[in-house]
Amino acid sequence: MTLSAELEARFDKLLKSYPPGRQRSAMIPMLLYAQDELGSVTPELVEEVARRVGVEPLQVEEVMSYYSMLHRKPLGRYHVQICTNISCLLTGGEELWQHACKKLGIGHKEVTADGQVSLEEVECIGACSWAPALQVNYAFHHQMTPEKLDRLLDSLRKAQ
Amino acid sequence: MLYNEPSPHEVKVLTRRFGLENSASLDTYLATDGFKAFKKALEMTPEQIIEEVKISNLRGRGGAGFPAGLKWSFVPRNSPKPKYIVVNADESEPGTCKDRLLMENDPHQLIEGVLIAGLAVDAHAGYIYIRGEYRYLIEIMDRAIAEAYSCGYLGKNILGSNFHFDLYTHTGAGAYECGEESALLESLEGKRGVPRIRPPFPAVVGAFQCPTVLNNVETYCAVPAIIRDGGAAFAALGVPKAGGTKLTCLSGHINKPGVYELPLGFPVMKMIEEVGGGIRGGKKLKAFIPGGSSCPVLTAEECQDLTMDYDAMARKKTMLGSGGVVIMDEDTCMVRAALRIMRFYAHESCGWCIPCREGTTWIRKLLQRFHDGMGQRSDIALIGDLAKNMFGRTFCPLGDAAAMPTMSIVEKFYHEFEDHLDGKPCPYEKARQLVMA
Amino acid sequence: MADLVNLTIDGKPVQAPPGTLVIDAAKRAGIEVPAFCYYEGLSLQAACRMCLVEVEKMPKLMTSCTLPVAEGMVVRTETPTVAAARKSMLEFLLANHPLDCPVCDKGGECELQDMTFRYGAGESRFSENKVHKPEKQWSPVVFYDMPRCILCYRCVRICNEGMGVNALGIVNRGVVSEIAPNKQDHLECDECGMCIDICPVGALTSGAYRYHTRPWEMEHVGTICAHCADGCKTTLGVRNNQIIRGNNRDRSGINDEFLCVKGRYAFDFYNHPERLQSPLLKVDGKLEPVSWSQAIETVAKKFQQVREAGGKFAVVGSNHTSNEEDFYLQKFGRQVLGTGNIDHHRTGDVPALLDALSGKTGKLAVSADLYQRKAVLVVGADLALEHPFLSFQIRANYRHHQAHVYVVTPRPVREDAVAAVSLRDACADVFGPLESLRAKLAAEPELVIVFGDVVKGEAVRRLVDFGESLGIPVKYVALVDYSNSRGAVDMGLLPDAGGLALPEMLAAGDLDAFWVVGANPLKAGELRSRSAFVVVQDMFLTETARAADVVLPAACAYEKNGTVTNVCGEVQKLKKALGTMGTKPDLEIIGLIAREMGAAPVMGPWTAEKVFDEIRRSVRGYDIPVPVVAAGGAAQTMPVNGRIPLDGRPDLIRSARDSLFTSGTLGRYSKVLNSVVESRNNR
Ligand SMILES: Cc1cc2nc3c(=O)[nH]c(=O)nc-3n(C[C@H](O)[C@H](O)[C@H](O)COP(=O)(O)O)c2cc1C
Ligand code: SF4
Ligand code: SF4
Ligand code: SF4
Ligand code: SF4
Ligand code: FES
Ligand code: FES
Repeated sequence: MTLSAELEARFDKLLKSYPPGRQRSAMIPMLLYAQDELGSVTPELVEEVARRVGVEPLQVEEVMSYYSMLHRKPLGRYHVQICTNISCLLTGGEELWQHACKKLGIGHKEVTADGQVSLEEVECIGACSWAPALQVNYAFHHQMTPEKLDRLLDSLRKAQ
Repeated sequence: MLYNEPSPHEVKVLTRRFGLENSASLDTYLATDGFKAFKKALEMTPEQIIEEVKISNLRGRGGAGFPAGLKWSFVPRNSPKPKYIVVNADESEPGTCKDRLLMENDPHQLIEGVLIAGLAVDAHAGYIYIRGEYRYLIEIMDRAIAEAYSCGYLGKNILGSNFHFDLYTHTGAGAYECGEESALLESLEGKRGVPRIRPPFPAVVGAFQCPTVLNNVETYCAVPAIIRDGGAAFAALGVPKAGGTKLTCLSGHINKPGVYELPLGFPVMKMIEEVGGGIRGGKKLKAFIPGGSSCPVLTAEECQDLTMDYDAMARKKTMLGSGGVVIMDEDTCMVRAALRIMRFYAHESCGWCIPCREGTTWIRKLLQRFHDGMGQRSDIALIGDLAKNMFGRTFCPLGDAAAMPTMSIVEKFYHEFEDHLDGKPCPYEKARQLVMA
Repeated sequence: MADLVNLTIDGKPVQAPPGTLVIDAAKRAGIEVPAFCYYEGLSLQAACRMCLVEVEKMPKLMTSCTLPVAEGMVVRTETPTVAAARKSMLEFLLANHPLDCPVCDKGGECELQDMTFRYGAGESRFSENKVHKPEKQWSPVVFYDMPRCILCYRCVRICNEGMGVNALGIVNRGVVSEIAPNKQDHLECDECGMCIDICPVGALTSGAYRYHTRPWEMEHVGTICAHCADGCKTTLGVRNNQIIRGNNRDRSGINDEFLCVKGRYAFDFYNHPERLQSPLLKVDGKLEPVSWSQAIETVAKKFQQVREAGGKFAVVGSNHTSNEEDFYLQKFGRQVLGTGNIDHHRTGDVPALLDALSGKTGKLAVSADLYQRKAVLVVGADLALEHPFLSFQIRANYRHHQAHVYVVTPRPVREDAVAAVSLRDACADVFGPLESLRAKLAAEPELVIVFGDVVKGEAVRRLVDFGESLGIPVKYVALVDYSNSRGAVDMGLLPDAGGLALPEMLAAGDLDAFWVVGANPLKAGELRSRSAFVVVQDMFLTETARAADVVLPAACAYEKNGTVTNVCGEVQKLKKALGTMGTKPDLEIIGLIAREMGAAPVMGPWTAEKVFDEIRRSVRGYDIPVPVVAAGGAAQTMPVNGRIPLDGRPDLIRSARDSLFTSGTLGRYSKVLNSVVESRNNR
């Protein structure tokens, strides 16, 4: 499988970051960084990563299916992750979640028909003091309100 | 970047550079005593370093509060194996958002803390395990690490000494359980985040089967100050048996939520009223989580005269935990709070052991049914019972973490469960919606 | 012993060596602590929490499966707290368990069922919906029913650690965790069924056994696997004269619980539709069914004619028949037919090894040595495919005793994974690589050398010279192929000096009678003596049987009593599990021919016990303790002394190189093996 030059460079660096014979350590970072680029963890990627770190594909499957950020199905170009855990719950995270679902007409881990936006109800993302919070891909959005969310979703739907 | 105004009650030790221009840069760091402690430590013996940390009464800031100096002293000095420093930056305990700020605003302080730990146990490599969601922090840390390498603070012969140290970041990929130290090590080795059988503890058999010091970000970040200004000075900031300050994350129904560095032993009510500006909307306090969702919940009464430190919390049968303080006002539905917390643990249970894997999901289903108004009286006791059956019997503390808040809520807010009986709609729903509107 | 640890378990003083786990110490003291995830010999999990016990001075209940004994420790395994904890674990488990015991294959021998009964957690307080998932078929042999799975990880460990196959893993997390096969939706593995057998519940079931019967409806017969030379004990579950399943759960034999796919499932050749159930006689070029008496009479008459005419006989014996049958056959050939033209398909140079070891004692390894000795050297054999049990032993030795394993093979083998050194002998000369290992091997405290058919004739002597020159105690195993290949050699199914060997029998144009018992030499060869009278005893109409004048339907190994000798010279007992109508054991067939020829007085009675007595008296090395064998144990043939006659024909030695899924003629008629091979080819 051919990967972008950037990803190749990152893989190389990762494989050198661990003690000799411990290349398996690079598996999870490799999967996550590759997913960022490919959109999902494809069966080919599983094989590729298995080969590069020197394990069987089953061992990669075991790992990838454990971690909640790794997905088999492609997500939207903008993956909106709304926290509804305790601090966010207390400050309206649940309502934000409902609002987003209604507005986009999609649910948990679903993608809009145009593939532009996907939604996920997530656990605490470490923004509790600035709750309710969400992430769009890796970017944090703090102290959200339904209005701010509306504006955000509108812009994401149009964004390139 | 800071996300909230500082409070005049803060004692800024770990956060002293927060708010400085380019606080994350090496230049700023060096201009403000950066690497002074490390230089000092280069002149000290490992025993002296560990002794200083012991004197500081620094206790682990990741949740369990284990004395850091003591933990470092467990690393077998004469082991022929390489030793490792691992930083727990998995920060996933609901209510907790402090390590983020430490890495974002002062990454070199963490690097310096790690280097000193490396000197103390003769380790020459370290890994910062950062939760996957914190990608921007990985980038910040990577930049800081690169900067440190280029200026000779990492790599071979650091500052002309014969000390070598390599530091790497390592991303997680979504798993609360990987904050648990042994599961973290498994994850670092490219495996499922399932805890290891202990003993042996990481200090003896840790990363890559080698002796390993594993601490929370905040714990390492306290080390430069301890070495620089002396353990005693740090200890004096806190209370007996728990030195220094603690980054406290206020969240929930509070006027000024935010992360504040407060000396250990800070009074809880003062914290709520003066640091946090009181309960939102002038409401009354109903419940208080002192250090992340794993802690048993306290009632408003229990918070009177209580101070923020390990032993005081233990006397109230709860924990200081990670410093994630969650404030719940009088309109909060405790059944719903219990449900949300259990939903989290059911989602995050690694599934390895029976009681946690099955218990969390079963209790979650019961609570859901209860909250939906379809509970029966006998379910209340069953919820408490199942939590008790999990407690103390799981393979790792996640099971306890799930059981403790549940048990405390059933015990202390029993009547709220009764209020949901007989198909009654959640009595707090309406009030809450008014708040939201 | 001075350094035993003293502790108290349930008030009983107990002593155990340091490092013993409390669960094992308790077991040795007769106290059974319940366990799902703990399994002796496999890595520790601490996952099921069933084994929790109270330990004085410890604040929490402790898992006795991970807790080493300590001096003065006070353990209680049956307090109310402990019982309540166990009950709650079962309650948690049953929350998501389908409780379909009445239709579950494991019903009646399910560990979960037993525990629930014992701790009374049967009543469910769980009223939510259970996770439902359809059962999956992963291979012709392995089925997985996720809701029944209690995630004890025994299957994963036996496959990874025990088998070295790594075909099973754990996917997902939390309550939806499940076991997964290595190829997404199916397994590509040894199909050994170890995972199925070790599963404490009915989550893994076998295609062969599923829904066929209930455990308590079977009779259990312990006998020896009919396939390879490793000689695994298998306990056949028999009902209504049908073998329902094979396993070795009682850990009674040399193989403990181990069985490969053949031992566990490939017993099914016995009821293949093409099984011969009547003697056949060639009439006008066609084989027609005849009565036993007519068939025996025909054979006896013809044999008598040939003998009286001073004609030429040739006798081919089997790799699968019992020692008694082999002995009886060669005796018949030599004493009644007066011929030295006796042979069988030779698969390993046992005679050369015995010869090279002349005058030395204690030089032949038993299968236990592969598990116990500090170092093992494998020369020219792919053990995982050809000798699954020996391979299993070596892996277990590596896991439990950190044995040093050395491998010299033409191709990569599974043993590489546990090997200290693996060398590929591309040029087929094993001595080059061996010499390069000399220093390392000489530094070992002891060694077992296992060699395949690449080492034969003079090379065996060289290998023994090499081993003996290391200056450490060395034991040897000469690999042979089939369930009684070793017995065939020992019993003398070899030509006399000047007698014809198998290829020469086929090539000779002047044979008058050709008698083949349980072999198929015409599969690849041709009999030049077109006019010879050909008698074949077999289970199936093989290529050789088709060419016969008389075909006598033989019983298989599971249908007779007797003994067999495994690759390591361990003699074990075959126990009759069933009978197939119309067939007779070869011993009886030979006996009937002898009687018909009036040779009964020379041959003696044809009961297995009587013949075995004679073997003990007359075959060198077989004066073994009868009670050991009679009780189902294994007794090694005695050390060898004196020169063994060699015909100097190592060229005749050729392993059939059966893989895991082939087994000579038997394999051709096993549905299970064929379905495995087919499903692999279709992927
Ligand atoms: C389920 C679970 C989750 C945890 N998560 C974290 C975490 O996110 N960050 C952390 O520093 N410690 C976490 N811990 C605590 C660690 O196991 C460990 O005690 C800590 O990192 C040690 O560092 P310290 O002594 O500096 O606190 C967690 C523990 C458990 C049981
Ligand atoms: S308590 Fe058990 S199932 Fe839960 S996270 Fe720990 S090991 Fe996994
Ligand atoms: S049948 Fe044997 S090889 Fe196949 S998965 Fe089960 S244990 Fe592994
Ligand atoms: S399939 Fe059986 S052996 Fe495997 S984990 Fe499940 S219950 Fe245990
Ligand atoms: S290893 Fe050989 S003897 Fe053992 S079960 Fe398999 S075929 Fe039979
Ligand atoms: S609870 Fe939502 S970010 Fe922590
Ligand atoms: S047997 Fe000890 S935890 Fe399973």
